[in-house]
Amino acid sequence: MALLIKNANIVTSKGIAKECQDILIEKGIIEKILSKISEGDHKVIDAKGKLVLPGLIDLHCHLREPGQEHKETIESGSKSAAKGGFTTIFCMPNTKPVIDNAKIIEGILKEVKRVGLVNVIPVGAVTKGQNGEELTDIFELKEAGCLALSDDGKSVSNGQLMRHALEYAKMVNILVMEHCEDPTLSQGVMNEGSCSTFLGLKGIPDISESIIVSRDIELVRYLKTKIHFSHISSARSVELIRVAKAQGIEVTAEACPHHFSLTENAVESFDTNTKVNPPLKTQADVDAIKQGLKDGTIDCITTDHAPHTAEEKELEFDRAPVGMIGFETALGLAIKELVETKILTWGKLVERMAVSPARISGLTTKGEIVEGKDADIVIVDSDKVWVFDKSEIVSKSKNSPFIGKTLKGCVETTICGGKVSYQAKQ
Amino acid sequence: MSGWKTGDLLDLQDLTREDIESILETAKSFKEVSTRDVKKVPALRGKTVVMLFSEPSTRTRVSFELAAKRLSADTLNVSVSASSLSKGESILDMAKNIEAMNVDMIVVRHRSSGVPKVLADALTPGIINAGDGCRAHPTQALLDMFTIKEKLGKIEGLKVAIIGDILHSRVARSNIEGLTKLGAKVTLCGPSTLIPVGIEVQGVKVTHCLEDVLKDSDVLMFLRLQKERQQEKYLPSVREYVRKFGLNKEKLKWAKKDVVIMHPGPVNRGIELSADVADGENSVILEQVTNGVAVRMAVLYLLLGKKEK
Repeated sequence: MALLIKNANIVTSKGIAKECQDILIEKGIIEKILSKISEGDHKVIDAKGKLVLPGLIDLHCHLREPGQEHKETIESGSKSAAKGGFTTIFCMPNTKPVIDNAKIIEGILKEVKRVGLVNVIPVGAVTKGQNGEELTDIFELKEAGCLALSDDGKSVSNGQLMRHALEYAKMVNILVMEHCEDPTLSQGVMNEGSCSTFLGLKGIPDISESIIVSRDIELVRYLKTKIHFSHISSARSVELIRVAKAQGIEVTAEACPHHFSLTENAVESFDTNTKVNPPLKTQADVDAIKQGLKDGTIDCITTDHAPHTAEEKELEFDRAPVGMIGFETALGLAIKELVETKILTWGKLVERMAVSPARISGLTTKGEIVEGKDADIVIVDSDKVWVFDKSEIVSKSKNSPFIGKTLKGCVETTICGGKVSYQAKQ
Repeated sequence: MSGWKTGDLLDLQDLTREDIESILETAKSFKEVSTRDVKKVPALRGKTVVMLFSEPSTRTRVSFELAAKRLSADTLNVSVSASSLSKGESILDMAKNIEAMNVDMIVVRHRSSGVPKVLADALTPGIINAGDGCRAHPTQALLDMFTIKEKLGKIEGLKVAIIGDILHSRVARSNIEGLTKLGAKVTLCGPSTLIPVGIEVQGVKVTHCLEDVLKDSDVLMFLRLQKERQQEKYLPSVREYVRKFGLNKEKLKWAKKDVVIMHPGPVNRGIELSADVADGENSVILEQVTNGVAVRMAVLYLLLGKKEK
């Protein structure tokens, strides 16, 4: 049966459409967009008064399956993503075992198909076992369904190996994503500065990130290839990327909601849910990330959704694992921190959360509400003010520093491949 | 909610100058108790104080225990070894179990910064921080200030130098918080690799020249140098540290004649202080230990006298 969205106020990268339209979806594809389509015997969703966005695309999350199903599964993570308005998510390879061969990818994709709520695209490891020593079989990973590679959780620290990864990936035509962190400088638990000094916690200097950013910019410039920088968090990194882009070097970058919503001062509570890698930084860094998102230096917003159980997070701050969940708060935080503050227009928000991630990862049939594209759509109540309540979290883990915080803009309905994958309670 | 107002002592940051002065004043009257033939007053009879220590510390634990006993409180020692934590029990679990036995105060020592605050936020009994990671050691700073006041009659306007590994020192952090609140001029002196980034915002000066601080200071507070700092590449050698930042009889000649020399203990004799200086006439190291009991009595007395959380 076909699906008809009536009175859709469609948001494209150009902004909110002047007039509402009807969207007819058939066989998972956006069939027709017209000012009026008769209801016939279609299933009808009335989007009156709401905004209709392309399904959000998250280039960076952790689903923990296989190996750490106590934190999250493909099923629980998919539900959480759908509730957050995401229709396509890229899951990082630091599972147990690591996503570094076709067999594991096969298993993941089989489970993704069974769950069938969102598109999950596995990111393959750059190096076998993410050990930073030998390249994975990159052709095999691509053929098995990977669109990107990353050793996320750490950098590829060996410069020679990274060079070969970039060269080889260019031949295979697969994106390389870098988690920027110099491990010899990052033996700490929060951002280094007067705040870490005051709290007596070991600091990580922000150059731990920007040193790898600058190394990779130089590699990419020299090799005439390209790279995508994951979860950029410091003002200096933004500056380096801005200069590289101005020189025509092919770099793209993402930033996470927690890096534009919180500063290092959040750690003063010693709440381990504020422990994240890269660590929360200063107000100047937050301002730079926002400016980068505004002027396009930062291409897109990703969640870095990183589930951990309460028991794991209940450790002392210096022993607790890094990361926080992010699917269910990403859009609300982006609207509150970026749209409400006029840093991004609605059109730019759609660009940062759907159009650009599709472009960067090469998903040519996604990211926009246009006839002929995949029917991945999210209907948003943009005025709704709501409180992020722990009891309503769908993710298996509840590790968020945003619990109890007020957000603006709430997902009403998520449609993935023409099927409703999430519907808010009325 | 946690903090001094609600019955916890976590750091000196949330205490006012008046709070600190009232602790020091109360300690003065308790100091006399320890000199009596019968070293006991009934102030805290019926109260239970638990010492929860996850890091070896003889002197601080003994000092707290004596302080509680001299106030007639019942005391209990719990040492949490790393092994029981590896069984999957968190320090919070352990503390909740102690809370369930209706104790009035938990004195916590832990290797990780922030643990006392997390416990204070979660539990009903008062929490006293007996040292957490590199964060704070408020009773040490209070006893240091008590000793300075006793020796020099005031704190306001004094020049106090803290010398050594500031980066890893909770004693330094708490003393900076307390001394600057009471109007002392604090200078930090140590190798550049052991001075934490951004410490200047706390209103202190930083220097790397021991001679300068020796010539200019009323109080010299030396910190213990952990020998691991050399393996951790903070220092080229302990030998060079001793040469540039250690104090001996020879260098003491640069200092004011009546300079007060302090150390939180245990002293690495021959490293930060030579033995003759540690035992010399300017040293007040053992008086610090004596005063520790009085100050901890004052803290226990004032906190347990507060309204319950």
